[in-house]
Amino acid sequence: MTAHALDLGLQGTQRLLAARDSSLDEHLRTLGPVPAVALCELISITEQAGLTGRGGAGFPTARKLRAVGEGRRRPVVVGNAMEGEYLSDKDRTLLARSPHLVLDGLELLGRALHAKRLILATGERIDSGPVRSAVRARRAEIDVRDMTGGFLGGQESALVSQLNRRAPVPQDPHTPVYARGVDGRPTLVVNVETLAHLALLARFGPGWFRTQGTPDDPGTFLVTLSGALRPGVQEIARGTRLGALLDGAGADRTRLSGVLLGGYHGTWLPPQAFDVALSSTGLAAYGARTGAGIVHALDSTRCPLRVSADIVTYLARQTSGQCGPCINGMPRMADTLQRLARPGADPRLVAEVARLRGLITGRGACAHPDGSARFAMSALTAFSGHVDEHLGGECHATPAD
Amino acid sequence: MSMSIWEANAMPRLLIDRTRCDGHGSCAELLPELLDLDGWGYPIVRSGERDPVVPRHLEPLARRAAAACPLLALRLG
Repeated sequence: MTAHALDLGLQGTQRLLAARDSSLDEHLRTLGPVPAVALCELISITEQAGLTGRGGAGFPTARKLRAVGEGRRRPVVVGNAMEGEYLSDKDRTLLARSPHLVLDGLELLGRALHAKRLILATGERIDSGPVRSAVRARRAEIDVRDMTGGFLGGQESALVSQLNRRAPVPQDPHTPVYARGVDGRPTLVVNVETLAHLALLARFGPGWFRTQGTPDDPGTFLVTLSGALRPGVQEIARGTRLGALLDGAGADRTRLSGVLLGGYHGTWLPPQAFDVALSSTGLAAYGARTGAGIVHALDSTRCPLRVSADIVTYLARQTSGQCGPCINGMPRMADTLQRLARPGADPRLVAEVARLRGLITGRGACAHPDGSARFAMSALTAFSGHVDEHLGGECHATPAD
Repeated sequence: MSMSIWEANAMPRLLIDRTRCDGHGSCAELLPELLDLDGWGYPIVRSGERDPVVPRHLEPLARRAAAACPLLALRLG
């Protein structure tokens, strides 16, 4: 199987974005049809490959497959292209470049799980036209649905709720979607990038999959670069050094005050962390994760506390308004950061961020308060020197002009 | 501390549906051993668990607290 991958030039890091997918004919000519794989075999190769979800949470895909496979009713499989992360563009890019690879993954899961329905849910920023054409060309029974919902629209249970024609808000996690989801059936929600990885994994096997990445975090992943560098979507190996990625995108490291990794629920990394390996183990030391693959380089002429405060203010507005600690705690956290963003800030605000983090973490139905609080805390950790400037009445990040 | 794994497994948990909870506060009043309230009136689990384990001797009180919640946000499971 690996020889075939080599013939196709899939031996480098360009896998998902290398697919020649402009038409179904070309897709089939280069890759052939996706093989039918029985569920137990699919779980086995996914586990051997060590594939994790690429939507943000990074959960082992094999475990998700197993949970839905154990349901008694025929499940529903949902491809998640909601891309609610403000700075992410990878799902849109992937669907535009390699729609058939994503649809292969959806059909592969559908067959293995004897699914009742296959759905591809596309978010507000994604033009579903091309993927609808791809579905028609394949004569596939895939329901492409244009969905709404902001930052939390792609959260698994919020997406399922919307597909059930109810409000697009997260649901009580005591009834997980793998047990009761779309139409009340066991439901598997998989990010579209993960689907595309599955489509290649089914063809070329776990040995091939592991030829990129690190032994404990194998494969490639898509990143969306933005900020003070050449923006765009790239496919890189897991374990790639952040600094190499920044250099490759033309960033001037000496002019960066930090890099936001993962997304708005992610972590700020200070310059001394730029040589970290972008793998789960490499990032563990910083309490960071690659999340949805967002890499945002912050120019040192922008006040990092102002940028962080504005992000937390945005996140506070994105609450679904259901859980008390989030409804009350998030605006308070945003206000605390806004006040810290002004030079001459009260030193007690630093402890207040930590107190609020403790107060809102683990007390919501979804991970929104936890992720937002972690992000806020990471701003204070990564930019502690800058916090000191503000407490001393200064801010050295003012633009030169 | 002498609680065996078997006993812990046999004990129910108090499941809190945070999407339903409206901060009425009757649960913490009826079950102060397990629950406290934050400044906004929403329950805080004293042990720090998401869904606290309910020891045998507190089970009747936990059932009362669940029954008393006007928003049906609590159940034992």
